Amino acid sequence: MQIKPILSALRRHKAGTILIALQIALTLAIVCNALFIVHERIDRVNRTTGMDESNVVAIQNRYVGSPSTYVPLMKTDLQTLRSLPGVESAYVTNAYPLRQGGWSTGAQTDPDSTKDGVHTALYFGDEQTLKTLGVRLIAGRNFSSGEVVTVQPQQAPAPPQVIVTQVLAKKLFPDGNALGKVIYLSKGKPSTIIGIVEKLTVPWIDFDEIDNVTIMPVMFNSGYQHFMIRAKPGQQDAVFKAAPAALYASNRMRVLPEKSGVRTFEMVRSRAYEADRGMAILMSVVCGVLLAITAAGIVGLSSFWVGQRRKQIGVRRALGARRSDILSYFMTENFLIALAGVVVGVVLAVGMSQWMFTHFEMKRLSFTYVLVGVVALLGLGQAAVFAPALRASRVSPVEATRSV
Amino acid sequence: MFSYYLQLGLRSLRRNPVLTGLMIMAIGFGVAASMTTYSVFRATSRDPIPQKSSQLYMTQLDNWGPEHIEKGEPPPALTYKDAIALLNAHKAKRQAITYPVGVSVIPEDPSRLPVREGAYATGSDFFPMFDVPFIQGNGWTREDDDKHASVAVISKSLNDKLFNGGQSVGKQVNLDGRLFRITGVIQDWAPQPLFFDVPNTGGFDEGASVYVPFNRAIDLKLPNDGNNNCVAEPGEGWDNYLRSECIWLSLWSELPSKAEANAYRQYIQGYAATQQAAGRFRWAPNTRVRDVMTWLDVQKVIPPESQVSLLVSLGFLVICLVNTIGLLLAKFMRRAPEIGVRRALGASRRDIYAQFLIEAGTIGVAGGVLGLLLTGLGILGVGLVFPEPIARLATIDPVLILLTLVVAIVASLVAAFYPTWRAAQVQPAWQLKSN
Repeated sequence: MQIKPILSALRRHKAGTILIALQIALTLAIVCNALFIVHERIDRVNRTTGMDESNVVAIQNRYVGSPSTYVPLMKTDLQTLRSLPGVESAYVTNAYPLRQGGWSTGAQTDPDSTKDGVHTALYFGDEQTLKTLGVRLIAGRNFSSGEVVTVQPQQAPAPPQVIVTQVLAKKLFPDGNALGKVIYLSKGKPSTIIGIVEKLTVPWIDFDEIDNVTIMPVMFNSGYQHFMIRAKPGQQDAVFKAAPAALYASNRMRVLPEKSGVRTFEMVRSRAYEADRGMAILMSVVCGVLLAITAAGIVGLSSFWVGQRRKQIGVRRALGARRSDILSYFMTENFLIALAGVVVGVVLAVGMSQWMFTHFEMKRLSFTYVLVGVVALLGLGQAAVFAPALRASRVSPVEATRSV
Repeated sequence: MFSYYLQLGLRSLRRNPVLTGLMIMAIGFGVAASMTTYSVFRATSRDPIPQKSSQLYMTQLDNWGPEHIEKGEPPPALTYKDAIALLNAHKAKRQAITYPVGVSVIPEDPSRLPVREGAYATGSDFFPMFDVPFIQGNGWTREDDDKHASVAVISKSLNDKLFNGGQSVGKQVNLDGRLFRITGVIQDWAPQPLFFDVPNTGGFDEGASVYVPFNRAIDLKLPNDGNNNCVAEPGEGWDNYLRSECIWLSLWSELPSKAEANAYRQYIQGYAATQQAAGRFRWAPNTRVRDVMTWLDVQKVIPPESQVSLLVSLGFLVICLVNTIGLLLAKFMRRAPEIGVRRALGASRRDIYAQFLIEAGTIGVAGGVLGLLLTGLGILGVGLVFPEPIARLATIDPVLILLTLVVAIVASLVAAFYPTWRAAQVQPAWQLKSN
């Protein structure tokens, strides 16, 4: 294939050439970054919580009135829930994974340290917590019901026993075995690590240390809490309906908010990642439409060029060029333009990613995406030019003799 | 001449329906994507209280010390003792401390279930300071603040729920078993972004339907329903909490002139200096007094998703324009012989410009109409992409409709400019000779 005649022909169509190259460059820059955003968001949405998420129902409850203590109310409600048919286990807590609201504190290994410590989310619970969440205990033991202590509002929760996640255990005790060691979640109050769970994530999706969780046998004396229920397999829908009804039947003086009062864990998950999913959808749509428009633009402009050069094509054919020569001429021409476009596009894509990195604290574009984008756009260009090129190759040599 | 060029343009557009359709679609999609994301961006970046945003100030001061804050930014709320001290100094025309309280409203009718309502504890100045619109009665008075009176202001929708929309001033509302006398009913008021409570709402929230006096709420130990941040353990009990360095209160001040705002700033700085002198702060005074828009900016109320998607859509529009330039160029240059004939018969370059810009304008109008339809669809679909509290703010209004059309037409004229210029450069002699 001779490239020189193509280049000299392109020199006669500077504007059109530049426009196609520019369009390919801009498309590459945006598509790379958009696909990267999509990938990043999908990665976030697919993160696991360490829970067995099926058959879990979360109920947000707020007691009405101002009793001196809420503990008996919570105990009665737990009893009510646990005795429901279809309920495997249940517990009451302040927060759970993906709830997007909760409690965090700094954990110390040295009682006299003045530093901030290792950040950890705090989940209150009891002996049924691990079973209800479906997390796997990999060392030590579960809480016993006798270990549950009551914590008052404005009091820092630091019970004598805690269970931590594997990741948190490693961060607190990098040298190894954390089981049986003592940590301080509040100054002067030691807590012994009695168990380690494989994985459990914090309530927030944007938290830096997503696996730093401490579970504690605590009943928090507050009018606002969450009941977590594990339904027996296949009973989730029945429990979803029966649980709020049973709670209201036992005590009307409560509010389960309309929108987020009773939720299955699928609902919790979908709500938590709403913005991420939305962004992924939007960016995918933008990419799709963008590629379609760029392809359409290439088809349009190439068709025009073919139409303009019918006579020249006819001359070439008359002088002995085969159909495949004409076809490959236009394919190569497009390839050269696209190549120039992607070179500029890579620079633009990296620049754009750098700019978003500094302004929106987004991750830097990975090189794979640039590479995928380059291949995709070169392919798109070839695919788009194929139909006009094919039409060009069918121009009959007779055209050479016709005047317009 | 205009209508003649328009006819010519339409005829030429009909000659290549595919090419024309492509251009209209490019303009339509580009404009629609930009306008849809712009409508979200506009909603999240707007001034929630335009008539007063430059007179309302949020107060911050660093009571934690440099090692507990990031980049020198003081915490986004105040402690009880600081908020009360600054309020009692009366250094502003109006001032109110605000915090969200969790209350449930118990209807008088015992057959009805209690309902959870958003509520704020605040001062009497809150209502005139933020121009809260009343439909019945008024806010409570400063005397009510001083007397720790058990009064409340409720929203129209709560009034509808509890009193079927009737006259309710003077009646009682039962909040968690405690009675509050209603002094006024307000419109369902929730300026977006909800500037006066950004730390707890992120800026986008339905707002509250009950307001009660701050002093009364403190007496009743109504727990804070928003964020509470402590660097040291407050100690047990409500009184220790009030004495603690935990931050949970917003203090807003109305300062009508720049001079007053500067005086207030100096006062706050002086207050922090006295705390340093007293040994409470072991660091130099670090305070901020910010007006509404600065506060929203610092709190990064505009979601990054909204900004990124607006940027990407604008990039998308640029690509659509480049695409249209290419297609128009092809279209116009194909008619070089025709242009040559027109020029030879005496048409000036101006005439060529007019003819082709009108043709491009027609595409702009068609693209604009398509863009408008797609923007409508886009705004209906915003709920799929943005979280509900933000999505519901994106609406179509006359300004957006006009803007969509203007952007489409301007965009197509900009796109047409280079191809038209090329068309006008056509040498009549050369065209006539070669054919």
